[in-house]
Amino acid sequence: MLLDIQNLKTYFHTFEGIAKAVDDVSFSLEQGEIIGIAGESGCGKSVTAQSVLRLIPEPPGKIVGGKIIFDGQDLVARSTSQVRSICGKRISMIFQEPMTSLNPVYTIGRQIAEMFSLHQKAGAQEGWDRTVDMLRKVQIPAPEKRAKEYPHQLSGGMRQRAMIAMALACNPEILIADEPTTALDVTVQAEIIDLMLRLKKDFQTAIVLITHDLGVIAEITTRVVVMYAGKIVEQADTVSIFENPRHPYTQGLLRSIPRLGQRARHGARHLQEIQGMVPSLTDLPAGCSFFPRCPEAMSVCQFNLPDLIETDPGHTARCWLYGDHEQEACERG
Amino acid sequence: MGEPLLAVRDMKVHFPIRKGLFAQTVGYVYAVDGISFSLEKGETLGIVGESGCGKTTAGMATLRLIDPTAGSVVFNGEDITGFNRSRLRSMRREMQLIFQDPYSSLNPRMTVNQILEHPLKIHERFSSRQRKERIAYLLDKVGLSAEQGRRYPHEFSGGQRQRIGIARALSLNPSVIIGDEPVSALDVSIQAQIINLLISLQEEFDLSYIIIAHDLAMVEFLCDHIAVMYLGKIVEFASYERLYLNPLHPYTQALLSAIPVPEPRHTKQRIFLGGDVPSPMHPPGGCHFHPRCPLAGEECRRLEPSPKTIESGHVVVCHRYQ
Ligand SMILES: Nc1ncnc2c1ncn2[C@@H]1O[C@H](COP(=O)(O)OP(=O)(O)OP(=O)(O)O)[C@@H](O)[C@H]1O
Ligand SMILES: Nc1ncnc2c1ncn2[C@@H]1O[C@H](COP(=O)(O)OP(=O)(O)O)[C@@H](O)[C@H]1O
Ligand code: SF4
Ligand code: SF4
Ligand SMILES: [Mg+2]
Ligand SMILES: [Mg+2]
Repeated sequence: MLLDIQNLKTYFHTFEGIAKAVDDVSFSLEQGEIIGIAGESGCGKSVTAQSVLRLIPEPPGKIVGGKIIFDGQDLVARSTSQVRSICGKRISMIFQEPMTSLNPVYTIGRQIAEMFSLHQKAGAQEGWDRTVDMLRKVQIPAPEKRAKEYPHQLSGGMRQRAMIAMALACNPEILIADEPTTALDVTVQAEIIDLMLRLKKDFQTAIVLITHDLGVIAEITTRVVVMYAGKIVEQADTVSIFENPRHPYTQGLLRSIPRLGQRARHGARHLQEIQGMVPSLTDLPAGCSFFPRCPEAMSVCQFNLPDLIETDPGHTARCWLYGDHEQEACERG
Repeated sequence: MGEPLLAVRDMKVHFPIRKGLFAQTVGYVYAVDGISFSLEKGETLGIVGESGCGKTTAGMATLRLIDPTAGSVVFNGEDITGFNRSRLRSMRREMQLIFQDPYSSLNPRMTVNQILEHPLKIHERFSSRQRKERIAYLLDKVGLSAEQGRRYPHEFSGGQRQRIGIARALSLNPSVIIGDEPVSALDVSIQAQIINLLISLQEEFDLSYIIIAHDLAMVEFLCDHIAVMYLGKIVEFASYERLYLNPLHPYTQALLSAIPVPEPRHTKQRIFLGGDVPSPMHPPGGCHFHPRCPLAGEECRRLEPSPKTIESGHVVVCHRYQ
């Protein structure tokens, strides 16, 4: 196991109270695996990723519990600078907006070459050659010329590819990609998806892909974690999530998205909605967070938080539909 | 069918690029470069295409929120291109806009009631009681409570704010609503609510919509006819059935093939375009799409293709169909 996140809790102190942005999140990542984290905005996807690399602004945020085991060490127990030096070149992250990690005043070639000299102790000429090579690998046309350009001279898609090139320069074991294609056009998104699939194949890079786009999740991941209001509500292999979703939230999400050709072929003209809206993290329902919106809600759900329950082998859902609720509710008082 | 409700002919919007001390015009952004489309009463037209292809500009120029460089907009049988300010103002009650970003399109210092009352005060000679009744009616239509009318925009979620935006657009009983990416800023579970709301309001009030969007699955759901734009031009125009079941233009085919499908076992042949959309300041000669087109031939570099009607209501602009 490459990365093992156990019961991670990251909270924020806000004016409205404590926001449990990540609350008891556990999942692990194997070498060469692409795991997807899905869920709506504000459900804690980015905070989960930022917790691994210790990028949480503190205050207001703090990792208040859990373990992040990487290479036999618990990152949560280490200082920020220790985390940076352990992860430095072994875990890379890319963001939705490439300009946040590209420096506008240096050429992209210089920025990538710096990664090579910093992490792989490459000399100037070697660093430059490898930079051009890397830009070619991420399919930037005319890489020798583009390497000498500044970020603003590149289009959105090319900037995203340049950022991926930079993230890959240190040949990381894990790539964490937070909404890497959300700001891109579908044609460019298709190329970035293809690029990530090739990284996995050619370099055995393990990828954590964060996105709210279930189409992208279906295309490239092998396992999916679905989050809702700071908690994992379902986890399974990708095929099971899409073909046999167990949690009412996952089921609702999958039913609510329009599918290409659905109307043209079947005349569908009504989408199944999920009623209501995502609750505020500082004002969560007492029991199951999905209770106010859930079409299957039972009385036990209102005041009792369900555990993650194994519904099928390797498939878990946080829902009372799959637990012996009377007994458990009794035991908890 | 008779006259369409709205007909746009050969519309162009060229933005001058100015440089230097005297702000000389050194070139133009050909944001919209000769597009024509029409809209029937009660139907929905979709405009799709990649970022920067001119969708928003086309919508703005149709409402004359931007003055078109050339072309005409005929609304209800009248050419509005030459309208003066006061005639434009009364025309605008008939054509309303809803925005992509519900966060920035509402005045944060006004309550929802005030936001909805504003257009009624400007355009209608309603008594204050009539205005109150109208506001209550609008809130109910978009699924908000009377109590929510007394609150401020920041107290609402994105989806609720979009409902407020829709109520405001409906307030003067328009016949056309232009929605520029009306759901793309919303969460997946909320998008379906707003799409269903738009469809039911259309049925109830016989509204005509122009929906500008990049999400082709959503557009198929919402739109009767779809115009696919590339670099300021419409390259294909068809009914939703024909566009999705039988796309003809190589660009439309590539766009549709690029959409990720939420079915993990589904495998499809993807058409990779390579490269990026060229700058609308220097569109390529011949067919604008030729540098990225997998099917480009020699004549595509030299000659601009002209629109060809393949079947009633299905127009494609590509040499392969000449
Ligand atoms: N006021 C302006 N001055 C100069 N250029 C402009 C202006 N407004 C838009 N443009 C340019 O016109 C082109 C079309 O812009 P438009 O906003 O219509 O695109 P769009 O299709 O709506 O894109 P998106 O999907 O990103 O919203 C772009 O190249 C844009 O940069
Ligand atoms: N710096 C911060 N200060 C306060 N709250 C924060 C901060 N960063 C994130 N949060 C809160 O944590 C929650 C989860 O955020 P995030 O992980 O960014 O969501 P997403 O799933 O959209 O990536 C949100 O409710 C957000 O408001
Ligand atoms: S625990 Fe109850 S309320 Fe929560 S998702 Fe399951 S059935 Fe619905
Ligand atoms: S005209 Fe030529 S380049 Fe343009 S879309 Fe058709 S085949 Fe491609
Ligand atoms: Mg995020
Ligand atoms: Mg736009």
